[in-house]
Amino acid sequence: MAQHNSDIKYLTPITVDTKKKKYCRFKKSGIKYIDYKDPDFLMKFVNEQGKILPRRIMGTSTKYQKKVAQAVKRARHLALMPYVADLLK
Amino acid sequence: MNNYETVFIVTPVLSEGQMKEAVQKHKKYLKDNNAEIIHEENWGIRKLAYPIQKKSTGFYYLIEFKAEGQLISKLEVEFKRDERLLRFLTVKLDKHAIKYNEKKRRLAKEAKEQKAEEK
Repeated sequence: MAQHNSDIKYLTPITVDTKKKKYCRFKKSGIKYIDYKDPDFLMKFVNEQGKILPRRIMGTSTKYQKKVAQAVKRARHLALMPYVADLLK
Repeated sequence: MNNYETVFIVTPVLSEGQMKEAVQKHKKYLKDNNAEIIHEENWGIRKLAYPIQKKSTGFYYLIEFKAEGQLISKLEVEFKRDERLLRFLTVKLDKHAIKYNEKKRRLAKEAKEQKAEEK
């Protein structure tokens, strides 16, 4: 059974999604300070459940990912953002 | 003298006057210990993202000030002792943060001036 899938011949070669070059949006736009007080901006870095998105998805560099994480945690402390949420967006 | 910024949430149960009095108490404490208040913001009553002490709204107040390092621990004891405060957060501002705040204030002022001219 194992070799079954090798017999399948695709009409068109399956296209691995073309690798979109990720870039750090903070370096590009020159943002130096991430404000923990405006939750709308921070919502971009959080998924539907309110969890912080990882670097591999956002493509941000280490320095700014740490700042984003700290800002989100401070916003959560001040109840500007929820710790756990559903359908946040 | 470092730059600090503190945001605290006052319980919404209080009347307007008590709320102002709570804020004044802490501002006076800062002024007495020769801290220099740079900017204040009153965000008013806002909905909390999650209930704190069974309350779902809170009165947010922000104070940006310049002070000695030792004052901060004393200030936070004051905040802890005041039971009208639901929550507080004091943050030391680095140079990027200071620049960001100044730029924000400048833009706000310009926006206000434009509005005044339009009237």
